[in-house]
Amino acid sequence: MKTVIPIGPYHPLQEEPELFYLTLDGETVVDVDVRLGYNHRGIEKIAESKTWDQITFLIERICGICSTSHPIAYCNAVEDCAGIEIPERAKYIRSIIGELERIHSHLLWLGLAGHFLGYNTLFMWAWKWREPVLDLFEQTTGNRNHYAMIKIGGARRDIKNEDIPAIRKCVDSLVAPLEMITKAAIDDPVLHARLKGVGVLKKEDAIKYCVVGPTARASGVAIDVRKDEPHAAYDMVEWNVITQESGDVFAKAVVRLLEMFESIKIIQQCLDGLEKTKGAEFCVEVENIPPGDGIGRYEAPRGETYHYVRSDGTNCPVRHKIRAPTYVNLPSFKASCIGQTISDVAITLASIDPCYCCTERTAIIDSKNGKKEHLGEKELIRLSQEKTQKIRKKLGNQEGQSPFFLEK
Amino acid sequence: MKLKTWGLKKSIWVFHVSSGACNNCDIEVLDCLTPKFDIERFGMVLVGSVRHADVLLCCGAITRQSAPRIKRLYEQAAKPCFVVAIGGCACSGGIFKGSYSIAGPYDKIIPVHAYIPGCPPKPEAIIAGVVKLLSTLK
Ligand code: SF4
Repeated sequence: MKTVIPIGPYHPLQEEPELFYLTLDGETVVDVDVRLGYNHRGIEKIAESKTWDQITFLIERICGICSTSHPIAYCNAVEDCAGIEIPERAKYIRSIIGELERIHSHLLWLGLAGHFLGYNTLFMWAWKWREPVLDLFEQTTGNRNHYAMIKIGGARRDIKNEDIPAIRKCVDSLVAPLEMITKAAIDDPVLHARLKGVGVLKKEDAIKYCVVGPTARASGVAIDVRKDEPHAAYDMVEWNVITQESGDVFAKAVVRLLEMFESIKIIQQCLDGLEKTKGAEFCVEVENIPPGDGIGRYEAPRGETYHYVRSDGTNCPVRHKIRAPTYVNLPSFKASCIGQTISDVAITLASIDPCYCCTERTAIIDSKNGKKEHLGEKELIRLSQEKTQKIRKKLGNQEGQSPFFLEK
Repeated sequence: MKLKTWGLKKSIWVFHVSSGACNNCDIEVLDCLTPKFDIERFGMVLVGSVRHADVLLCCGAITRQSAPRIKRLYEQAAKPCFVVAIGGCACSGGIFKGSYSIAGPYDKIIPVHAYIPGCPPKPEAIIAGVVKLLSTLK
């Protein structure tokens, strides 16, 4: 029997459309495979036809959520190639925008994870608290997304010193809801039962698959480009790399939750820096890019972004190579999904915060009789939500009484 | 006004299509559903299958790989079904215009009834666009 449920690319919560093939034995996943290319727009090739300055706008549009990480990595690469040193004020501006982006990206992930588990309250709350961050972006950069703040040689526009008290107030106002949500998530027995021990990526596997970002840090691998290769203002402020040891989905959630507090810490110190450098220049003039090549890295919310550029001395690069974190993290599903039940797969796939916008269909291949069934993401999420429901019942925690309702 | 269109105007069900977007337009569409904008107040619901949809919210320049899928999606939708192209990419190809892997923009592949430019358009603009489309229906 072969059932095909055609569900189109409808759940575009994340970036790249990808197609997963899960091979099942009963309820257990025995293999996982991935197909890419639905979202391929040929950005590296387009970059070769644009001037150095235009490319910052193009690569912002690689990914809507990391729309500052890519330009920072790219500008690092070009500055490496041309040997440019950026002014101090620009460093602070870069770090502030980058960290605000991290907060809104992690909140977005948290909301989606809540949705996958059937905690729609968490989904709505996390997205509600994301709004003040977006408003802040609109106030300081002029757009809610695609801020166009980063420029080769510094920042494209200044953050006005008069705006700083408002930014500070907004960032401070995030602390209370974030603390509440962290407490609620870390103490919730249902989440413990649902996420602990699920989708475990062991430390050896994390190293073997070369994973990056929160996925690696949740498995006890303390890598973070901001610490390992400091740039922008990251070596001028105090902050910690958050790690967890267990490598399961719960650990990944905890890493992201705690990272938001570190981001807030960084932003506050950078705002102090802006106050100190009032009136200083925030961008240096760049005449031309000499022949040569350069690399630039930045710790995007999902992990390390890597850009390589080669210049022949003209106004366009001859080669621009981009490596985004999700692509590196995807193969780790081989280690984390195999042996899981099908109802745990949705959250395990989501746990690396993949850019997998419209994972339109997950094809399920039953390994015994080779019959093939297509499950939509909707179906996966339903299975996942049902499991949470069951655990909730077992723990005597009825819907409507979850900690998210009780708090406040 | 035809009965079908009249019925459709009361509570439109929207289906979200993404076909090579940078994801920002998609997120802004989702943002319309969350507490700040909350379009569900007006009876607009995001549905999971194109067969239930009255309006398709389309984002992104169409890549070669997704073009045949988009065509099939539109054919599967119950008519009348209105297509709204959201964002510069969907309207004209935007910054990706001229790339070897882009088959779009949308009006090359399927009929489009409303265009909402912007990169990305703000949620207010998306809501205003859909409302404008509805008010022109006869
Ligand atoms: S219009 Fe802009 S924001 Fe929307 S998908 Fe295209 S590049 Fe992204």
